[in-house]
Amino acid sequence: MKTSRRDFIQKTALFTGVFTLGFDWFSAEASPMEVVAGAGRFNAFLSIDSLGKITLFSPNPEIGQGIKTAFPVVVAEELDVDWAQVQVEQANLDTKQFERQLTGGSGALKHSWERLRKAGATVRKMMMQAAADQWKVDVAQCKTSKGFVLGPAGQKASYGSLAEAASKLPVPSDVTFKDRKDYKIIGTRVKGVDNKNVVTGKPLFGMDIRKPGMVFAQIVRPPFGATLKSFSAEDVKKMPGILDVVSFKNKVAIVGENTYAILQARASLTCDYSSEAPLESNDTHQNWFDEGMKSDKAQVMRKDGDFAAAIASAAKVIEATYECPFISHSPMEPMNFFADVKADSVLLAGPTQVPQPAQKAVSDLLKIPVDKIQVELSKMGGGFGRRLSNDFVLEAAELSSMIKKPVLVMWTREDDMSGGTYRPAARYRFKAGLDKNGEIIAFALRGVGLNAGNSTRQDNFPVGAIENVLIESIDQKSAVTTGPWRAPITNFLGFAEQAFLDEVAEAAGKDPIQMRLALLEKVKTKPVGKITYEPARFEEVIKQVAEKAQWKKKPGVHQGFSVYYSHLSYVAQIAEVKVEKGKPKVTKVTAVTDCGEVVNLSGAENQVKGAIIDGMGHALFAKLNFQKGVASPSNFNAYRMIRGNEIPVIEAHFVNNGIAPTGLGEPALPPTGGSIANAIYAATKKRHYKQPFN
Amino acid sequence: MAINCTVNKKKVSLDIDPNTPLLWALRDHLSLLGTKYGCGIAQCGACTVWVNGEPTRSCVLPISAVSNAQITTIEGLDPAGKHPVQMAWDELDVPQCGYCQAGQIMTAAGLLKKNPQPTDQEIVDGMSGNICRCGTYHRIQEAVKLASKKSKK
Repeated sequence: MKTSRRDFIQKTALFTGVFTLGFDWFSAEASPMEVVAGAGRFNAFLSIDSLGKITLFSPNPEIGQGIKTAFPVVVAEELDVDWAQVQVEQANLDTKQFERQLTGGSGALKHSWERLRKAGATVRKMMMQAAADQWKVDVAQCKTSKGFVLGPAGQKASYGSLAEAASKLPVPSDVTFKDRKDYKIIGTRVKGVDNKNVVTGKPLFGMDIRKPGMVFAQIVRPPFGATLKSFSAEDVKKMPGILDVVSFKNKVAIVGENTYAILQARASLTCDYSSEAPLESNDTHQNWFDEGMKSDKAQVMRKDGDFAAAIASAAKVIEATYECPFISHSPMEPMNFFADVKADSVLLAGPTQVPQPAQKAVSDLLKIPVDKIQVELSKMGGGFGRRLSNDFVLEAAELSSMIKKPVLVMWTREDDMSGGTYRPAARYRFKAGLDKNGEIIAFALRGVGLNAGNSTRQDNFPVGAIENVLIESIDQKSAVTTGPWRAPITNFLGFAEQAFLDEVAEAAGKDPIQMRLALLEKVKTKPVGKITYEPARFEEVIKQVAEKAQWKKKPGVHQGFSVYYSHLSYVAQIAEVKVEKGKPKVTKVTAVTDCGEVVNLSGAENQVKGAIIDGMGHALFAKLNFQKGVASPSNFNAYRMIRGNEIPVIEAHFVNNGIAPTGLGEPALPPTGGSIANAIYAATKKRHYKQPFN
Repeated sequence: MAINCTVNKKKVSLDIDPNTPLLWALRDHLSLLGTKYGCGIAQCGACTVWVNGEPTRSCVLPISAVSNAQITTIEGLDPAGKHPVQMAWDELDVPQCGYCQAGQIMTAAGLLKKNPQPTDQEIVDGMSGNICRCGTYHRIQEAVKLASKKSKK
């Protein structure tokens, strides 16, 4: 891998004697202490000062996926230091030093694995060279251990003592990485680096941002598709604690000294809206689904063989239609952002998954160059894709530019739940044709999405194993705004595909696991068209989950199976359902995941279990209704979130094959609805075709 | 008229609208930002603090109701993070995004104060009023159990 400009900053910047803040957690006062030292910023990811303090910089926004812990783990491993020796800092947006400084697509470790290892291994090599020079020995005779270089005659020097000399050496262009059997940190359970600040209530989140001269604001947004005609500002402006009421882009912003004053003022604000076209309601969306299913204008996403001919010749045809509503992301921290727009500079601060596009969008909006726009990243109280849309950043920036004050725009829960960029609603129709032996000879899927883009994933298994395939997508434009929601499209499509395959297996008289393994065998021996997944990795998670969950070997326990490939990772699940008082209850989910190398076992388990709970909760409960452009419900009293007394036991296993790590923030979610629905069917003989199930 | 109460063992006087929910008094007027806003209607538990030792939803409690009360927030539970619940939360690596955890911890610590040795079912029931969108529920339940064990020693 070649060294790029961004991987290694200019050597002249090394050892410039900067101030850094240390934090001695377990000291008596537990207060920040200043450490003054010559700090060597060896590369974008790490600095080592002459006192031996090792600081690892984590560039990607932390949303709860654990990246602020996982990235430094990789660097520390190759640097060969003790985890207890390092401090981790969130890096702000810095496009000169970092690439892909974003959170989305479960792609961070996949993208940065080599870079992070190189960042650590390179500096380790420089430390060894510095020691070898000092001891006048061959560098090949030197070793490292826990932040020390060890020499052939028992010499020992700390990285801190070598830092200045090492910083003057040329950056080596080739390094060797550790053998994974020598890993001391990677693959272990590493606790979140922010845990202690979280459990003591430190102000870490966007909502907690406080800056000198800052005012608060909330924004009243129009129904989807409506235009603001007028609003009553004069009385509201006179209310105590209210500083201003301004309007932009069909929105009304109330600016105040504190949150409660603004909440009071909102209750007194009336807005009149108009619209050219009829505003959308549930019926509108149902009609669009019906039209899309009948339409002859579908976009063909994939075609293998001749589906029409094959289905006409099939001995048996299975058809099923699945549907999901718009749903909200509802992170526990509602949307918010801070902006301070001055004549020729901007400070943005807060929770966004994509700081660089935020900077660019604000630059375009305000006509201020990007290099004058600073973006500070706060920890995010969840996001699940909602913070990929920077609408909340633009609002804050626009408002600050209008009122000429630093402002924190906060969304209430109601604003957040009714304010859009939802998971798109979609309807899917599957058809499968079986020959007389129960082999699938034809497979078709049509997806109709509302602002969904391509609502299919046309290369998904079992495509690749079937001769005649037709995958089509239709996107219907809606005024309801949509955006990526954890595992975009597949968060529901995964359920539909896996539930449909269960129905096909039943119609074919086959065991659902054996049927999939037979299909994967076909992909290996006689693949049809383009194959985007590795059948052997699929097989491995399937076989392991069948063994771990004792598939069909537990009398009285109803099991459902699913397996899914997304974000380059493979997850197989077996859900178990018991019938209690006539109602099905999900008691257990066993998951086997192949995400390559598991960097942090504790974080990985959190991601898998969290994604399964997320997938289950939304499959069971989540739905937004629309009436004249307004979404409801708008808070947790009626929009049910899964709670701690509703979760199954979850076993999270990992294949851990040592392949370079792939995504884990999302992949365990898509198979969840399917495994649960299939287990419910096994228990009750009732199939679910719509979310929410309840 | 100002409302006087004690917050984290310090006497405070709040000369603001007496209808102000305690949550916003803490966050906007006392700069105690550890207590979180999640829903504003006592559904999610992110705003849980102790009022006279009782876990209470601060988002719907007007400050007029806390005159002379003793209030404890996450910042006051143990600033050094040595409360058994805080220690257990760290040890079992409970937080994902972390936003709901102050409310979870105040609920858990309140539960253990009343019932130092809860059964598994009592833990599940006692914690199910708090929503965690990341789904850290298993570890929350395990951490309450661990904290209970730690307190016993």
